[in-house]
Amino acid sequence: MKLALIADLHANREALSAVLAHAATQGADRHAFLGDYVGYGADPGWVVERVREHVAAGALAVRGNHDDAVTAGPQPSMVADARAVIAWTRARLDAAQLAFLAALPLTHVEGETLLVHANAWAPAEWAYLEGRSEAARSLLATDRRFTFCGHVHVPMLYHLSGTGKAGEFRPAPGIAIPLSSQRRWLAIPGSAGQPRDGNPAACYAIFDSEAQALTFHRVPYDHAAAAAKVRAAGLPERVAERLGGDR
Amino acid sequence: MTADVAIVPASLEVGQVVDGFRLEAVAHRGGMATLWNVGRVESPATDEAALPLLMKVPRLRGGDDPTAIVGFEVEQMIMPTLSGPHVPRYVARGDFTRLPYIVMERIEGRSLLERFDAAPLPVDEVAQLGAKVATALHDLHRQRVVHLDVKPSNVMLRRGADGSDGEAVLIDFGLSRHDLLPDLLEEEFELPMGTSPYMSPEQVRFVRSDPRSDLFSTGVMLYHLTTGKRPFGAPSSARGLRRRLYREPTAPRTLRADCPPWLQEVILRCLEVRPERRYQTAAQLAFDLQHPDQVVLGERASRAGSGSTLDVVKRWFVSLRDNEEVEGGAGGQSARSPIVLAAIDIDGADPALLESERDAALRLLDTEAGARLACVTVMRVNRIGMDELVDADGTPRHLKLLIALRHWARPLQQALAASANVDRDSAARVTFHVIEAVDPASAIVDYARRNQIDHIVMGARSSGRLRRHLGSVSARVVAESDCTVTVVRAPASSG
Repeated sequence: MKLALIADLHANREALSAVLAHAATQGADRHAFLGDYVGYGADPGWVVERVREHVAAGALAVRGNHDDAVTAGPQPSMVADARAVIAWTRARLDAAQLAFLAALPLTHVEGETLLVHANAWAPAEWAYLEGRSEAARSLLATDRRFTFCGHVHVPMLYHLSGTGKAGEFRPAPGIAIPLSSQRRWLAIPGSAGQPRDGNPAACYAIFDSEAQALTFHRVPYDHAAAAAKVRAAGLPERVAERLGGDR
Repeated sequence: MTADVAIVPASLEVGQVVDGFRLEAVAHRGGMATLWNVGRVESPATDEAALPLLMKVPRLRGGDDPTAIVGFEVEQMIMPTLSGPHVPRYVARGDFTRLPYIVMERIEGRSLLERFDAAPLPVDEVAQLGAKVATALHDLHRQRVVHLDVKPSNVMLRRGADGSDGEAVLIDFGLSRHDLLPDLLEEEFELPMGTSPYMSPEQVRFVRSDPRSDLFSTGVMLYHLTTGKRPFGAPSSARGLRRRLYREPTAPRTLRADCPPWLQEVILRCLEVRPERRYQTAAQLAFDLQHPDQVVLGERASRAGSGSTLDVVKRWFVSLRDNEEVEGGAGGQSARSPIVLAAIDIDGADPALLESERDAALRLLDTEAGARLACVTVMRVNRIGMDELVDADGTPRHLKLLIALRHWARPLQQALAASANVDRDSAARVTFHVIEAVDPASAIVDYARRNQIDHIVMGARSSGRLRRHLGSVSARVVAESDCTVTVVRAPASSG
């Protein structure tokens, strides 16, 4: 099975459309959405609706901190730009969409895989995986071999060997990376809707469970159009700028 | 978390079937792995049916031996990504959770190690073996992998159809690093990884991303084959290993009087402590070993003894500068230091075209700091009958063409010399070759293939009359060669 891992969509319709189309050409037969469907972008309703459709058809989805903030109020730790968008977003979602977000689980375990938005040790506290020590902490907090998460908007692959040594790797797009059975793996596909590594192309990854291999992808899309919508909606200029590759 | 301990059956037996492979006989029992000759129980439909197969099964002693486990993990990760004649073809692998193994093509031939028993070898054979190894390494580097354990026992020589040694095949990728895959070894160990006599200075300092490390190891092998001795011995301590950072090896000509200066130049260049003073690509090393007469002799060629105290200080000082991670890794390095072939019809082309060709070559060399230029002209000979090899004035045609070719390249060399950062090896950047052939197009294509040329520059046509008669040489080179080809035209005359 080829599982498309899509994280941090952030109400970016143009990016999500491009990612879903690309995943279809790569033969993805299932989707796992890793949280943060809303926040920042101009199309929260459309994006939540697509995710809902996919979940109804068997896709997996977990809740992110922005989804949480829209339904339960912003976290104290949230940055000003994010906070400003929360109220605007809430007003653009209908009751069914809000209920869908509120009902999403924080984690989902299936077979050897754990899906979680931020980390495995305290999924509701939204701490970031900034480096290999946090990655190791997360990997040690689960007995699953594969952890797939979002939250950090930069694609990254961490691994933990049988002797407890953690390693990190910045993946190149389009290369199938075999995930050896001798270690645990934590993959962050990067953000579909708001990449933060200087490359505006949307991020996602495909995990091939048969081949036990993970391929990170970058999908170019019309980020200028997405940024224009952000501006037209009166959302913070910084959010629009970021879509063009600003870090 | 407890260490994942591989479960290994107590023993494998002849006749046993593992995942469709029948174990036929133990081919080799080594410290790290056992090699079995195996056959498929059911023959596959593919062309692989006739391939003799080898199964490599690691000897794992539970969880206390991370080197063996991680090394085998690395090999299982990298081997499936490799292809071509210079690596064993990958067939299948077995998971650690049951029985870890790799099934691969069994190379019919002998280990390079055998030739080391006979060292010192004749100079021609040293050059030939070295060129084979360098050619194989270039192919590996192009596939974005640095081997990092190049040594005699990790090189096989395929047996050719007539029983002679064919191309070199690199084996054992347990310490290798792939540019685009995680380096599982990087975090694992506190000691430098490699085999002590062959390890490059940067490997001693934990840098695992530089393809030029493999050229250092190749230099150690060339030194050994030439002199019968290892340049840095076989140290067993970390301190002993570090000696290669400051101690120059004894000059090969001091140990073997008939070692030609060009070979000493090549060997000592491979053994430079700083990677940027070595050959920049394996293809460039293979090129020099195949064209000894074109090796420009520098200070290394005339070095004698084992270096003065001043040299020790110099090498040490040079080695102190930071070794940085190599930008782009294996693939990047070999792509950045290309060999450019200028195929010049020095006798037939008109002056305007010759000038355009020179401009094109210069632009390429200008943008590629480590590039080398091989200037080639084809001397056409007839298929049947005797050729006039001497001109009316008594000058051999061959020599005349060479003189013309050098004259053509003079402005190029002047431009190169004038550009900044001229080091002593830059003189070696331009070489000249006259090839005798019936068919210029296939001669150029063959030459490019044999010498791992990255880019061919050539003119669009020789002359209208000839072209009508022979067809376009450049069109055939474009169609048949493996590399990039730039076809140059003289600017159209206005009017």
